[in-house]
Amino acid sequence: MDEALLQVKKVTKTFGGITAIREMSLDLDRGEILGLIGPNGSGKTTLVNLITGFVRPNSGEVFFKQRKITGLQPHKIADLGVTRTFQVMRPYHSLPAYKNLIVPLNSPRIRRTRGGNLGDKDGVAIDLLEEIGFERDAYVPYKMASSLPLGYLKRLELGRCLALKPEIIICDEIFSGLSMAEISTMIPVMEKLQMEGISVMMIEHRLRELFKLVNRVVVMNFGEKLAEGIPEEVMARADVRKAYLGTEELTC
Amino acid sequence: MDILIYGTVNSVTFALIAVGFTLVYGVSRLPNFAHGALYVLVGFLTWSFVNDLKIFYPLAILMSLGIASLLGVVIYRLILIRLRGLPTSEIIASFAVGLIILEGLRLQGIGGFKGFIGPFYVLPSFFDSKLRIAGVLIDFQRLFVVGGGLTVVVLLWLFTHYTKIGLSLRAIAQDEQAAMMLGIDSDRAAVISLSIGSALAGLAAVLVLPLGNVTTEAGYRVLIYALAVCIIGGLGSWAGTILASFVLGFAIITSTALFGALWESVVLVGAIILILIFRPSGLLGKQKELEERV
Amino acid sequence: MRNECNGEDQQRDRVIGSRRLNIQERRKERLDRGIKVRTEGLYALTSWREMGYLLLPRLLLILGFLSFPLWLDMYWQRVLCQAGIYALLALGFDFLAEYVGLVCLGGAFFVGSGAYISGLLNAQMGWSPLLTIPIATVFGAIVSTVVLFPCLRLRGIYFAIVSFMFPLLTVNMIIALNIFGGTEGISALASFPNVWVDQYLILGMVILSLFALRRLVNEDFGLILRAVKDNDQAVKASGLDITLYKTKAVFIAALMGCFGGAYLCHLYGWVGISQFAMDFSILPIAGAVMGGMGTLVGPVLGAFILTPMSEALRGFGQLRVVLYCLILIGFIVYKPEGLMNYLQRKYHQYEHWEEV
Repeated sequence: MDEALLQVKKVTKTFGGITAIREMSLDLDRGEILGLIGPNGSGKTTLVNLITGFVRPNSGEVFFKQRKITGLQPHKIADLGVTRTFQVMRPYHSLPAYKNLIVPLNSPRIRRTRGGNLGDKDGVAIDLLEEIGFERDAYVPYKMASSLPLGYLKRLELGRCLALKPEIIICDEIFSGLSMAEISTMIPVMEKLQMEGISVMMIEHRLRELFKLVNRVVVMNFGEKLAEGIPEEVMARADVRKAYLGTEELTC
Repeated sequence: MDILIYGTVNSVTFALIAVGFTLVYGVSRLPNFAHGALYVLVGFLTWSFVNDLKIFYPLAILMSLGIASLLGVVIYRLILIRLRGLPTSEIIASFAVGLIILEGLRLQGIGGFKGFIGPFYVLPSFFDSKLRIAGVLIDFQRLFVVGGGLTVVVLLWLFTHYTKIGLSLRAIAQDEQAAMMLGIDSDRAAVISLSIGSALAGLAAVLVLPLGNVTTEAGYRVLIYALAVCIIGGLGSWAGTILASFVLGFAIITSTALFGALWESVVLVGAIILILIFRPSGLLGKQKELEERV
Repeated sequence: MRNECNGEDQQRDRVIGSRRLNIQERRKERLDRGIKVRTEGLYALTSWREMGYLLLPRLLLILGFLSFPLWLDMYWQRVLCQAGIYALLALGFDFLAEYVGLVCLGGAFFVGSGAYISGLLNAQMGWSPLLTIPIATVFGAIVSTVVLFPCLRLRGIYFAIVSFMFPLLTVNMIIALNIFGGTEGISALASFPNVWVDQYLILGMVILSLFALRRLVNEDFGLILRAVKDNDQAVKASGLDITLYKTKAVFIAALMGCFGGAYLCHLYGWVGISQFAMDFSILPIAGAVMGGMGTLVGPVLGAFILTPMSEALRGFGQLRVVLYCLILIGFIVYKPEGLMNYLQRKYHQYEHWEEV
């Protein structure tokens, strides 16, 4: 419990001539919600890709529970318990919503923790969906995934991560595109995740809503860590405000 | 020593053959399975023009290149344009077109048209003399192939780097959507690249076929060479294609000298499998396999 | 309600109007059979009509296939066996193309490897077909999967190219190295005891594979494959190894193709390089596209339609391949859904003229 759960140590990633991430380090402790913010193009999604193995860093290491996970294949990293959502939502459109969750329920991780056969995977999937807000009585889980509105799709992404019983969920802009009402219904879901012991890292642009949830915040700019700390302190800094010129600020 | 000379000839031949395929794939992500078919078609057309219609040889060459180019455009406009964006259907359709042309050229007995079987069809060489370089006897036609190949590569490089059309092709190859936003029509680029690619296939035919016969098997062989070179060099990468054609050309010549001419398939299969295991995106391939599409 | 301004106008309007009225009187109405939702699975047992509706097409298919050998003559029975082999290949192609996203342009490789392994086992070890066919099926599938494995980590285009090249290159290798009988092949292999066995064996295998595959794509394994085709990044992020699943899928498709090859060598008693011919690659594809990709039944029917057609046109020699390709392009461009999808759609709709 002393060492951080996820440690990113001085990773650098260049694409051709552009340095997307330069010597970035951050820590995620067990049971906390960390916010990762920064203007567009500062490398947040690339950092997530680096952590979850979709992209290999040029230098630097990533540790999960003090084990090196740099350079592992994405499915092995997910197998260890580090999951992520995707910014661009593409559910499996030929399947109904609850069948979308059958895929993670078939992963080796679930097979191990449940000791073999799950039994009624469909039932487990629907229960899971109901917990995150799909109304069972309105038959929402049975609808085709391609016909769901955005709020449900975002929750489906979250459900896909939850089905793996993860230890870390990295949410890539999960509030984007949602209305105020939908966000206010998702905030309790995220809080419940924290209460269940899952550590969350959230990349967001909706700062007001984000600051209701997070314990700590890391600001990125041009691929480097600009600031780190609790939200009020960080947002009071002049350089952070300058980096955010033009985007949503706290004082509405 | 003669391995070096013949190896160079072989490599440039491969480069000539593969460059058309790479162009089309690099620009519009379309695998042109009709490449080999167009190669043989140009050979056939030239032969008919020269022998049946008694047209002046260089003029026949130009005419058949033009027809091949046009055919490439027609294939795209009629068939492939309707399938853009559906990768499965694109591959199947392009494969089918290639087969139609190739197998169609095998026809016999329809209207007195003798199909392409057997060593009856030989295109005349440009030059008949031989030359001695560093103690190796080599005929002028082969040197012409090397010269022609190098010229073609240089011209293409200049074309894609210094002319407006060439630059627009490179733009589409690098990032299709960004280029479209700048006003470059991706369909027009595909048409241009297909026509140039088909003409290149024909040019390769015109240069290389006088060394041997015109048969339908040559079509399949050429297609296999083009595909092998592109896989080894990296699909869509120019430098990779050239490098791979040299690697493969020398490898095959060496194996022919050591083991005999028929071992070339073994070398091809071995080279492909090795590349796929150790360096899947090709020697100089820039396209990552499935990753990095987030 | 028109004002009577002009007598002539009115006359004309009435004639035109009544014709319009006639067309409008009858409107085509289309109802989707909503009962489909209720009759999946166990609920179908609640009513004879629902059961009949579900069972009828399937029974028709099975009984139709099983009855063919009874009323065809000797020549056409051979054609039936050939069609069965092509049907297995078409099934494999459809499975790989629609459910996994891999276009396999080299079905001939499966057939050839199954045929050669079975032929070799029979010729050199003297084992009977009962033993060689299963062994050749499994081993041929293993060989094919191993050979195609390196390109499964890559994009679909690589699989298409490599699978296209392998049959041709293997033929060249066999000729070059003069192994496995070279250009003459291996002959005098054991045949089947009687003509009924050959047909019912292949037909049984076709029906078995068809229904087994249909079951498989609705089980979890099939769902995962479909998910891989839709969005492979998400499947990777869900902790599943994509390459493993693709390999399993290729193995299953190869099993079917290799069985066809092993069966073929015992059907004719001869193995040669023509088992790697382009025919085996292109006819299944044409049959699949024509029959309807995605439904596993369509390709089987497509193969059974195209094979007799190609037999009938045997006099044309290589023109047949041109014909298959023309049909294929015609369907892909003008009616991509194929015959079976169209029929399925119509079966679930109900159209009638209705009075307005």
